[in-house]
Amino acid sequence: MIGALRGLEAIVYKEAIHARRDPMAILFALIMPLLQMTILGVAIDTNIRQIPTVVYDLSGVDGPGGEYGSYDSRALLDRFRSSDTYRIDRYVHSDAELNAALVSGAARVGIKIPADFARNLLRGATAEILLLVDGSDSSVAGQAVNVAGQIGLDESLKRVLPEGARLPIEVRPKLMFNPDSRSPNFFLPGLMAVLTLFVTTMLTAFSIVREKERGTLEQLLVTPIRPLGLLLGKILPYFAFAFAELLVILAFMRLVFLVPVHGSALVFLMLSMSYLFANLALGVLISTKANSQAEAMQLAMLTMLPSIFLSGYIFPRDTMPLIFYLLSYCLPATYMVDISRGVILRGAGLAELWQDAAVLTAMGIAILLLAARRFQRMVV
Amino acid sequence: MEAIRTDNLTRRFGDHIAVDHIHLTVPTGDIFGFLGPNGSGKTVTIKMLTGLLPISAGRAEILGVDVARDPDRVRASIGYMSQKFSLYDDLTVLENLRFYGKAYGLRGADLERRIGDAVDRNALSPYIQRQAGRLSGGWKQRLALGCAMLHAPTILFLDEPTAGIDPVARRQLWDLLFELSAQGMTFFVTTHYMDEAERCTHLAYIYYGHLIAEGTPDALRARPDINPPGTHRFEITAPAITQVLKCLKQWPGVHAATIFGRSVHTLVDAGLAAADLERELALQGLAVESLHPLGPSLEDVFVELTHRHQRELEHSP
Repeated sequence: MIGALRGLEAIVYKEAIHARRDPMAILFALIMPLLQMTILGVAIDTNIRQIPTVVYDLSGVDGPGGEYGSYDSRALLDRFRSSDTYRIDRYVHSDAELNAALVSGAARVGIKIPADFARNLLRGATAEILLLVDGSDSSVAGQAVNVAGQIGLDESLKRVLPEGARLPIEVRPKLMFNPDSRSPNFFLPGLMAVLTLFVTTMLTAFSIVREKERGTLEQLLVTPIRPLGLLLGKILPYFAFAFAELLVILAFMRLVFLVPVHGSALVFLMLSMSYLFANLALGVLISTKANSQAEAMQLAMLTMLPSIFLSGYIFPRDTMPLIFYLLSYCLPATYMVDISRGVILRGAGLAELWQDAAVLTAMGIAILLLAARRFQRMVV
Repeated sequence: MEAIRTDNLTRRFGDHIAVDHIHLTVPTGDIFGFLGPNGSGKTVTIKMLTGLLPISAGRAEILGVDVARDPDRVRASIGYMSQKFSLYDDLTVLENLRFYGKAYGLRGADLERRIGDAVDRNALSPYIQRQAGRLSGGWKQRLALGCAMLHAPTILFLDEPTAGIDPVARRQLWDLLFELSAQGMTFFVTTHYMDEAERCTHLAYIYYGHLIAEGTPDALRARPDINPPGTHRFEITAPAITQVLKCLKQWPGVHAATIFGRSVHTLVDAGLAAADLERELALQGLAVESLHPLGPSLEDVFVELTHRHQRELEHSP
């Protein structure tokens, strides 16, 4: 075993000096994730509020185009306003105008109240309103339809039920782990997995290919350094760096975005090490395959994009088609998103999450051995 | 035991044969010069001997150890300095040395002693804190040599060690090679420079994958096929040297003529004396500054052997 790692100490010595001589790269690698976290943490709000809405109300006594509509339609629109989901920007005066507002994107929702709305209500017939929803953003559309349906149902019940009557069934939802539904709480733990992915994979993806480009690799290959010693020697210094980076991101998330950590931070850091290791190993594998730094960059991108979309960080994995669902099991980020949300949001511990860490460690070892074998073949 | 021995050493790249069944024997303590034009297979041969390139066919032994079978044992006993500077620009001289020492498993007092030795031998002490990328060509070369010999290898492979460095640095490097060679180190050196070839103890000449000559510089110069019986060689210096060459090439009795700077080296029948040549040139209206007999230079030897080899290739089916 010691024989297989020969040269490890020498490589660690050298890599540590490289890192010291290039403080800009290190600083950049440290600052970038914080910057991205700030942007995403502030900008992204998954709670949909204040959807721009236009109204075409024909139910007023002064006929089509009436500014104020009827008493009943105004009451209904007030319910829409107070839901906080819709923001009624303006009234329009024709179907064409209503349509144009949606096509141009100025409004996401159009409410059309027909002329017989108030009359039908009065008669006890069904009074219909038309809700036009821009379906190009599915989460906004879903929210707009759901809340409108809820308002319609509420208003109907109020009219049908006798005064003072109670509903036979009432569902009382309670959001666990994130009671206020704060977006950063949900988003940032997952984002952490993605941000560390970028930094770690990139750090090692360049490490070997840079030596190939500069011609220094050849000189290394005539020394008795063994492939595993070389590759692990490339990983270790960056492992220390990535760990420091993770600490900074965690602190930043906790102190700046005030995301509560429900589980143990120590357990989190322990479990995350397996993720850092797996990514660094992946970077090294990329590095043995690529012939130039540009190629390494492209290969790294190729592995990183699926991690962003399939790891469950953005889209829930449960609704993916089977093939992508299975593919997501091959991505280290999937396990890290689980660890991160598990510890930070749900307060889970080693007992619940050790399997994720075990899989990541196994992945890392397998990838590293694969890289060493590829590397062995480059040399005699 | 020989330092290096190859049998039918061959390297193919697809259909192309870069090194074609070469046999080499390098005695211990030798400064072995490996010559040949660019792209003729010198670097490929070195890479096979140092274990950087797999051998396609044949075998190579370093100090009796098969390179393909036990590359690790071979690596411990050889040093290699590649054509291109291949140390770390952002590491200082001292850090580069320390890194290579560690890479060869040296540590502690032994490591420090050997670093000190490498620094002294290569006169690197004024620069030990300087980053390697800021050294000039000659000093880079010294550092590379220092790193390559840090682990006291028995054999050092130097691939064009003097390409692109100034003449003074070149001479100093060779002085160091002689000194180390006297202490028993073996050198395998590729070069383009004929004056460097003259300083080697043995030479081999490779031409597009074929080994076409081998021996000591004296033995190569004395080869009967270079000095055929009934011929002798002259050096003619003249102002209009290209016309002189053109004339010579048309005459019967002239076997070969090649320009070297301002003069022509020519191999002619013994029947043609110096006076005959001078008279004939004068008849063509060509003045001659000097004309005297000459032994073959190594360059003559290699030019002649190359021509002959080309002719053989053309005539072979």
